Amino acid sequence: MLNYILGRLLTFIPTFIGVTLISFSFIRALPGDPIQVMAGERGVSEARYAELAAQYGFDQPIYIQFWDYLTGVLQGDLGTSFVTKRPVWDEFFALFPATLELSFFAMLFAVLLGLPAGVIAAVNRGKLFDRALMSTALVGYSMPIFWWALLLIIVFSGNLQWTPVSGRIDLLYYFPNPTGFMIIDSLASGQKGAFASAVRHLVLPTIVLGTIPLAVIARQTRSAMLEVLGEDYIRTARAKGMSPGRINGIHALRNALIPVVTVIGLSVGTLLAGAILTETIFSWPGIGKWMVDSIFRRDYPVVQGGLLLIAVMVMIVNLTVDMLYGVINPKIRKR
Amino acid sequence: MSLKKLMATGLLLSTLGVSAHAQSLVYCSEGSPEGFDPALYTAGTTFDASSHPIYNRLSEFKVGTTETIPGLAESWEVSEDGKKITFNLRKGVKFHSNDQFTPTRDFNADDVIFSFDRQGNEENPYYTVSGGTWEYFNSMSMPELIESIEKVDDYTVVFNLTRPEAPIIANMAMDFASIQSKEYADAMMEAGTPEMLNQAPIGTGPFQFQAYQKDAVIRYLRNDEYWGDPAKVESLIFAITPDASVRYQKVQAGECHVMAYPNPADVQAMKDAEDIVVMEQEGLNVGYLAYNTKVAPFDNAKVRKALNMAIDKQAIIDVVFQGSGQIAKNPIPPTMWSYNDAIEDDNYDPEAAKAMLEAEGVSDLSLKIWAMPVQRPYNPNARRMAELMQEDFSKVGVNVEIVSYEWGEYLERSKAEDRDGAVLLGWTGDNGDPDNFLAVLLGCDAVGGSNRAQWCNEDFDKLIQEAKVLSSQDERAALYEQAQEIFKDQAPWATIAHSVVYMTMRPEVEGYVVHPLGGHIFNQVGLSQ
Repeated sequence: MLNYILGRLLTFIPTFIGVTLISFSFIRALPGDPIQVMAGERGVSEARYAELAAQYGFDQPIYIQFWDYLTGVLQGDLGTSFVTKRPVWDEFFALFPATLELSFFAMLFAVLLGLPAGVIAAVNRGKLFDRALMSTALVGYSMPIFWWALLLIIVFSGNLQWTPVSGRIDLLYYFPNPTGFMIIDSLASGQKGAFASAVRHLVLPTIVLGTIPLAVIARQTRSAMLEVLGEDYIRTARAKGMSPGRINGIHALRNALIPVVTVIGLSVGTLLAGAILTETIFSWPGIGKWMVDSIFRRDYPVVQGGLLLIAVMVMIVNLTVDMLYGVINPKIRKR
Repeated sequence: MSLKKLMATGLLLSTLGVSAHAQSLVYCSEGSPEGFDPALYTAGTTFDASSHPIYNRLSEFKVGTTETIPGLAESWEVSEDGKKITFNLRKGVKFHSNDQFTPTRDFNADDVIFSFDRQGNEENPYYTVSGGTWEYFNSMSMPELIESIEKVDDYTVVFNLTRPEAPIIANMAMDFASIQSKEYADAMMEAGTPEMLNQAPIGTGPFQFQAYQKDAVIRYLRNDEYWGDPAKVESLIFAITPDASVRYQKVQAGECHVMAYPNPADVQAMKDAEDIVVMEQEGLNVGYLAYNTKVAPFDNAKVRKALNMAIDKQAIIDVVFQGSGQIAKNPIPPTMWSYNDAIEDDNYDPEAAKAMLEAEGVSDLSLKIWAMPVQRPYNPNARRMAELMQEDFSKVGVNVEIVSYEWGEYLERSKAEDRDGAVLLGWTGDNGDPDNFLAVLLGCDAVGGSNRAQWCNEDFDKLIQEAKVLSSQDERAALYEQAQEIFKDQAPWATIAHSVVYMTMRPEVEGYVVHPLGGHIFNQVGLSQ
């Protein structure tokens, strides 16, 4: 197992360099540079432009710029934002817990609802529940996040006033955020009502961000279950007189889980993409909005650093998923 | 008995809690500030969060106007030759304090000198801190203009200029000229954390910085030792809410009191809503179409005038601005002093325009219109605007081709003196001084640069050069009014529109004033119970 993990970690190296190179060149391929974007209509004189370019290192040949960046990254230095003048690491760590918290609950929501829904649909194949669920899943999958979020806000926050419109906690509460996870910090603060407020603020963004993964997981679980339910050993189990609950819940589901876990792993990437919109609408201070702003401002260090960190996270999730295969199916471990 | 006591205490506490909450003004802002040292940045969002609540300047803009009034300088005198300005500083002004710093002295001349020196003097240890590029200091030509700043005594500072420049008093009220504490800067430099100046700001303003969480919330407390009129609320909170529809939902739900930048499409519904107040004012900007006055036949003022008469500006306001704009007849906005309201705009009259073109012997005219690729307050949709003009011009027999480039390219290429075509562009004022529009955009020095019409008119230029060196605002205004007449007569641009800025708030908000310079200022804002 250790060899397997080490082997996988080795494959990280070329991916890592590839991501660094791609993020470095893509943002530079966009027309316009940070100095022009910053100056706007006001314009900037040639002398001043040259001075600023030298300050940012743009006067160096491009391969030297890349080399400087790469050596910086390998030493753990992702550079400093052109806009805020703060280290990319600092900004990332200030914002990432919010994204992680939201993504975690969105995924939890998607898995807790998606798995049972998929199983029930498969068992009741062709019946009303199955059809209703599958069409709902299709709608969920194709839902524009922006529209869905605004709709929920207007109905649940505006008309019914069940949930707050946006933010992470009521502004009345003010306490330090040592972990950055509002759920934990609000509990630790000991302030009455803070935790409940944090939970209430999580509800809508969780639903919005979790909708697409929920639809994907439900569909994938259903089709994987259907496949397994047609296998001989299930028929044998039935013939033995085993209860349907045991057959579906244990024998079938466990074997159907491999493709489902794969999909969950892949959904993490989608989740991060969805987080960009969800965070913007719900004023959620995470890395999604941060990345988008930095692209518009041509804030090279932030775009490069942010993409790299996201890529690393996706790689780690994929590695975790691969390791989970072994847990679910011992045959894979032995291979 | 003890239970009663407990309940009474609880009741008292909860009442206190509620009233404390009621004294917090919550503003739904549109984005995060880049930082809190206004001299480092150029974005309005940053100034709203830094220079307005936290800092003061030598002179200040009177809220709701472009007039300058005394700030940290109680008064100033300009020398006979206009090259020496003496500022008499206010006494007894206290700086804020925080966990790491408690001021030991009041504001004085050292703070003024430090605040400017760090932006222009490479030897100053703060010159390179936080990657400072001092954009506004440079773009307002401060390095060329300021020869030296002298401390006469603790409360007198003299600015020696290289040339007389009347707008300098307005420049001193700009965000980049915010006064920092030298004592704080020295303490932070000694502690090895000079970036704190930008992250944990200390100023003399009506609110003291309390906490900031990026993309979420900024908190301020009232500065009870403020030298001017104290702020009306105990605390000010910026709830950062990037989406305009969500901001509106939050105002409706009572999660914030005031919001910035509503969607133009929502404004009508907001005006109709009972418990929502909408304020409006023209923005300090102008959107225009600049002909290239160096290329025939656009070097002929009558041709330009005829084309101006062919544009249906009302249609543009309705379609492109969706009502959030006002027709512009002058190159400066109506909220600016010296605006010449006596000037009559070129009427929309395609027939007359056609006749004028024929009289000038112009036929089969082709024209390129450059459409900006970005959205701006003075032009929310340049492509659409260009299409409407294309349609208008075709009615007078002028064939229009619309071109566009990436924004950086666009700005660069449109400067060329031999440019083919007319350019859609605009300007947002910096310091409320007419010089900032008329000289920057239409002066002879700016040809080949920000003067996109490449228009150099001797009479016009003489007036604005003369106005630049006079110190009496009335005398200057008279010259600028004349300059606007020449502008209208010569028509180097088709002036299109000034945007209209809307502010949406709850009815309990008292004393809010829309500021023509674009900032959102809460010093004078209170909440009714």
